[in-house]
Amino acid sequence: MAILTQAEAKRIIDKALSYAKADETSVSLTGGRTGNIRYARNSVSTSGEADNLALAVTAVFGKRSGTATINELDDASLEKTVRRAEEIAKLAPENPEYMPMLGPQTYLQTNTYAESTAKIDPEFRAKAAFDSIGPCKTKNLTAAGYMEDTTGFTSIGNSKGLFGYNRSTGVDFSITVRTADGLGSGYANPDVNDVTKLSTKAATEVAMSKAVASVNARALEPGKYTVILEPTASVELLQNMMFSMDARNADEGRSFLSKKGGGTRLGEKLFDERVNIITDPMNAELPLSPFGGGGGGGGGAGRFGGGSDGRPQEKVTWVEKGVVKNMPATRFWAEKKGIKAIPPPTGIIMMGGTESLADLIKSTTKGILVTRLWYIRAVDPQTLLYTGLTRDGTFYIENGQIKYPVKNFRFNESPVIMLNNLEALGKPVRAGGHLIPPMKIRDFTFTSLSDAV
Amino acid sequence: MNRRDFNQLLSMGTAGILMPSLPAFSRSVTPEQLLEPGLDVAIKKRLADAALNTAKSKGATYADVRIGRYLNQFVLTRENKVQGIVNSESFGVGVRVIVDGCWGFASVGDARDESVVAKATETAIKIAKANARLLTEPVQLAPQKGFGEVSWKAPIKRNAFEVPIKEKVELLLSCNAAAMQNGANFVNNVLFQVNEQKYFASTDGTYSDQDIHRIGPSFTVTAVDPQNGRFATRNSLSAPMGMGYDYLQTNPADKLTGVTTRYNKGYDMLEDITAAAKQAKEKLSAKSVEAGKYDLVLDPSHTWLTIHESVGHPLELDRVLGYEANYAGTSFATLDKWQTKNFNYGSPVVNFFADKTQQGSLGLVGWDDEGVKTKRWDLVKDGILVNYQAIRDQVHIIGENESQGCCYADNWSSVQFQRMANVSLAPGKTPLSVDQMIKDVKKGIYIIGDGSFSIDQQRYNFQFGGQLFYEIKDGQIAGMLKDVAYQANTREFWNSCVAVCDEKDYRLGGAFNDGKGQPPQSSAVSHGSSTARFNGVNVINTARKI
Repeated sequence: MAILTQAEAKRIIDKALSYAKADETSVSLTGGRTGNIRYARNSVSTSGEADNLALAVTAVFGKRSGTATINELDDASLEKTVRRAEEIAKLAPENPEYMPMLGPQTYLQTNTYAESTAKIDPEFRAKAAFDSIGPCKTKNLTAAGYMEDTTGFTSIGNSKGLFGYNRSTGVDFSITVRTADGLGSGYANPDVNDVTKLSTKAATEVAMSKAVASVNARALEPGKYTVILEPTASVELLQNMMFSMDARNADEGRSFLSKKGGGTRLGEKLFDERVNIITDPMNAELPLSPFGGGGGGGGGAGRFGGGSDGRPQEKVTWVEKGVVKNMPATRFWAEKKGIKAIPPPTGIIMMGGTESLADLIKSTTKGILVTRLWYIRAVDPQTLLYTGLTRDGTFYIENGQIKYPVKNFRFNESPVIMLNNLEALGKPVRAGGHLIPPMKIRDFTFTSLSDAV
Repeated sequence: MNRRDFNQLLSMGTAGILMPSLPAFSRSVTPEQLLEPGLDVAIKKRLADAALNTAKSKGATYADVRIGRYLNQFVLTRENKVQGIVNSESFGVGVRVIVDGCWGFASVGDARDESVVAKATETAIKIAKANARLLTEPVQLAPQKGFGEVSWKAPIKRNAFEVPIKEKVELLLSCNAAAMQNGANFVNNVLFQVNEQKYFASTDGTYSDQDIHRIGPSFTVTAVDPQNGRFATRNSLSAPMGMGYDYLQTNPADKLTGVTTRYNKGYDMLEDITAAAKQAKEKLSAKSVEAGKYDLVLDPSHTWLTIHESVGHPLELDRVLGYEANYAGTSFATLDKWQTKNFNYGSPVVNFFADKTQQGSLGLVGWDDEGVKTKRWDLVKDGILVNYQAIRDQVHIIGENESQGCCYADNWSSVQFQRMANVSLAPGKTPLSVDQMIKDVKKGIYIIGDGSFSIDQQRYNFQFGGQLFYEIKDGQIAGMLKDVAYQANTREFWNSCVAVCDEKDYRLGGAFNDGKGQPPQSSAVSHGSSTARFNGVNVINTARKI
């Protein structure tokens, strides 16, 4: 397997840099293995495994940059790749927004690697699928699922002395269970770094119970309802909002954070005061890479430019007590505006309370429990209005109890409005690479009914 | 990158987010390398035979091999700046086998040696044997005659890779300048070009060598009103096409004038971006729509996406059967409905056909990725559901013994599976122009260009936006509207279709990056239509205050 140690990676990067003749040169070395297993109709349909090892060199002359890649690491190949990057750079148009590369950085030591995940083999994947399909077959339910595991390393270095190395592992599992008559459907989608924390059987059992409970859904009139959004339901809306906070877009007047009359809404209270959102690469439940993937200059070309320029990932408070506290910016824009160049958020942590999902249901007089929102698309970037649909288990709650399943709805709602209509927050759990609490929201807007199961 | 990411890429403004990653398993090359000829066909045949002979000798009942070279070029600009140019090449071999009734697949990059290809074939056989232990439904592969050694080339007039980067940059920057001069505050303008060089061989005796080209110019113009804290965008009315650089014509002959100019097989970027800048500004002060029922007149630059989501996807047989239940979803158009032979998918004026031989379309190719000659077939005839899209291991389920030829893999490293053909709405049979159609509408909205799109996992309930909305009052265009989206149920919507303009108005729209499968693969597909009218559709107002 193509997992190089820090020393091996450093030796190769230093060797490549030793051939460099450009004004600035950066090298990125990544490698690892991705494995997957897919099943549907209670039968495995595909499975596979792929190793990769790739080295990319970005050479810069003035404000012209070029990137060349290779997957052979002998000295001659390294030198050839450096020369090719230099040739491409000389021919490239100038990028007026190019920022010089960063010098040496201090990176946090984060815990993103688990040996258990690195050891996954085809037998393990087959068993994971079997543990999911087996219980469904027994109960005459139909499973369709997918598990993907990744084990890899990223190392970056540049001619100004920057060097970083990180190993990481991850497993993403999704399972859809449908009843034989097609009238019920359930879903679960856990993701972990350490596969010992994943039980495909337990996740499948959640999806199974949702599928069985969602049969014979009744139609409710569309309109404004109090909803309890499970983290799997709210995560994409929150992620979309957090990815729309870029400082430049706001300064340019084309963001939900643009201010009437010019400027941004930094420092304004935009949400309920219980809304607190941070990112923290050291979080034990959601460890993150301590740097972006690059090491090259900002605004450079290719996959190693832009936000992935080797800036350290640190703890950032984005929203505190409902107030916008920070916005991400490219290094170019940060320098132009005299603000801190904070890299874009990854691994969002929305703080919550201590209540469980069951507690939130218990305290609800009338409401709708939403398992999942799907096919979410932007309708209006000005207000962050999104549309999409509920699916895989939507239930009516009355006097603290789930009464019956309801037909799926289409919603049109903005996460900004949603986070103002907050009723309660539960204990955050990991969902879609983020830590999100279940949340109770009043006046959530459902605009039509869907017959889909 | 899936379709949504690609759209996001085009609409994002920041330099940091804009740059695309290199496609998986590809390397960065110089523009000149994109014009290098690749492996000689005789060498490709030798590599292919190494796979096929290994497969047969190790007990495979069927095998196919794809030797693929995939070339991409992105040119990205904003306002007066080139943000980046990405040239990439990906080369490798994918081998698929059937052993013990089960599929196995393996691939290898940069394979130029017969022993390497034979080894990948052995891996595919091992995987097939391992998976066969868990098999419940053995593969039933429709027979396919071999075509011998054949070749196919996309009928392009000018290979986009032969056009100097300088010329492309000049075109984009001059268009951006025109937008800025006409009132735009920001412009993002991207040109994407693809060349797939695909060699396919199978144990059926086909050796096909194909050269496929696609081009996708696409911009977003933004106008800002800082006083009121508002902004509006207008995206290009271009379509990604299965064409060469010849698509980017100045003053093309086959454009349609009217409330705004729309384009067929030639696209005048300068003209469109100039109009876009003015229209983005106009949008800022346009009238906000009053929610309610309207008759919709939909331009082909809009309708393609509604067809894609509400007809193309639900009629994919693998979705109908549940193979995509955990990702793309299933379908309301179940086999029992098709079997009744009277399921009204749409009104009698609605005819949908699938066609991978359509000139200029993104799906145009000679043979599909399992050696089936491409063709045209009906999906919905006079409003009735008559067929699906199916490939060799599926057609037995719908009682056919010949594949429809819509199998595709997005790379040599991906396993081929059923993908959407170009699915199109047939033009109306009686002469009808757009002006004549609008003249009959009392209270309606004319929608041009595609916008926001969302549909449920079984393809019943959808919501679509657009780029330009014009109010129709008593047969006349009464001005621009904003905050428009329509919601409908697929079957009700297509049954509300009362008229389709004739073939003179027929145009293609399409998507470069339609996503499906796990791990996800992208596919390029076109959808043609003439302007069509739908009565009494529910329109919502999307304006909100935050």
